Amino acid sequence: MNRDILKYGLQFIVVVLIQVLILNQIDFTSYNLDPYLYIIFILLFPVQVNRSLFIFLCFLLGLTIDMFSNSGGIHATSCLIIGFIRPVILKFSFGTSYEFHQLKITQSELGSRITYFTILIVIHHLLLFIQDYFSFTYIIRILLQTLYSSIFTLFLIVISSILLRKRAK
Amino acid sequence: MQQLINFLFRNKHVLLFLLLLIISIGFTVQNRSFHKSKFINSANFISGGIYQQATDVESYFSLKAENKKLLEENSRLRKLLVNTEIQEQNRKIVNRNNYKVYSAQVINNNYAKRNNFLTINKGTKDGIKEDLGVISSKGIVGIIRNTSNNYATVLSVLNSADSRINAQIKNSNHFATLVWDGVDPNILQLINLPKLANIKKGDTVETNAYSNIFPEGIPIGKIRDYNLSENNNYYEVDIELFNDMTNIKHVYIIENKNRDEIIALENKANE
Repeated sequence: MNRDILKYGLQFIVVVLIQVLILNQIDFTSYNLDPYLYIIFILLFPVQVNRSLFIFLCFLLGLTIDMFSNSGGIHATSCLIIGFIRPVILKFSFGTSYEFHQLKITQSELGSRITYFTILIVIHHLLLFIQDYFSFTYIIRILLQTLYSSIFTLFLIVISSILLRKRAK
Repeated sequence: MQQLINFLFRNKHVLLFLLLLIISIGFTVQNRSFHKSKFINSANFISGGIYQQATDVESYFSLKAENKKLLEENSRLRKLLVNTEIQEQNRKIVNRNNYKVYSAQVINNNYAKRNNFLTINKGTKDGIKEDLGVISSKGIVGIIRNTSNNYATVLSVLNSADSRINAQIKNSNHFATLVWDGVDPNILQLINLPKLANIKKGDTVETNAYSNIFPEGIPIGKIRDYNLSENNNYYEVDIELFNDMTNIKHVYIIENKNRDEIIALENKANE
């Protein structure tokens, strides 16, 4: 248990640092790309976990990113919502019996893993950009930015999840 | 009662979720509608400290370019000084001494989002207060938003939700509001510039003193393009910034010593 706290605490810090010190500093926005790799923490978090704790962690992760990027609570809201609906998406992508199979996301089948990643990433990015623009006059720009950024984030997260699995073996 | 407790216990995830959702939406709304978000900003010791560490490492790589920039500025100021001395015999220079100037290092700079902020490594300990103007050697950068002991956040001119800065066309008293549409970090917009103003491409736009934040005449940019708005009473102007907002390392913070007095007077007049 203590090892888990240390492990996930360290993961939390590492994803936040990668996001705020590297990805946020590179100008991708000229191409409508905004990678948010940090939600990999939420996506790869173990399935068998106290749900209240998980929801709280999602909120905390989003709030930390908000603190660094002075964005109020937009990351916190988006992370909280994808954290809350994650069980539904897990059921949809991996089948209803995922909980009994001791599912490990990094070692699951690539197809369903990508489905699962894509749905959560798109929801997260859409919520994020809607809150960021806060106006329906920009609806086309919101949708475009969601599309491009989701593809970019998905790419980064799939690569990372493959790399992480190889190291685990 | 028993049922109520059971209900709460069964739905504790949902309740926690709703509670946290309200809190986070609260933060977002607070950041938008009230002028200052008190809790969640990068001027605290954790994020400020981390940004400071990263900047300390990174700044070694840009020492040469920064030195060159400072030298250029020095030579420009030196030139101004030398030329002033010559004219002093026939023209009296009035030193008003109304403004205090502080220098600071930028430890975090965003320009890629719609609502951008910078973080600098000076805070209340060094005399920095909210609503002071921030400029670089080439032009304006923004306005101080939040402060902590050692750090402060700056509302960048590249903030499409909140940044509204008074500006005027050089050598004319027509004033307008400087905003950003969130697209190109080099191009800003002037709105509400009266049709009577006689402008052409390439004209310089600078700050005016009405806001009491910036002194008059800080350069902003030059006019790149303009057209009349739909109701034909105002110009809509695109401005090319003098400042490269994507590459700012050192900034100056300007404090108008008379600002409080002016605001108090204006409030009295409004009552």
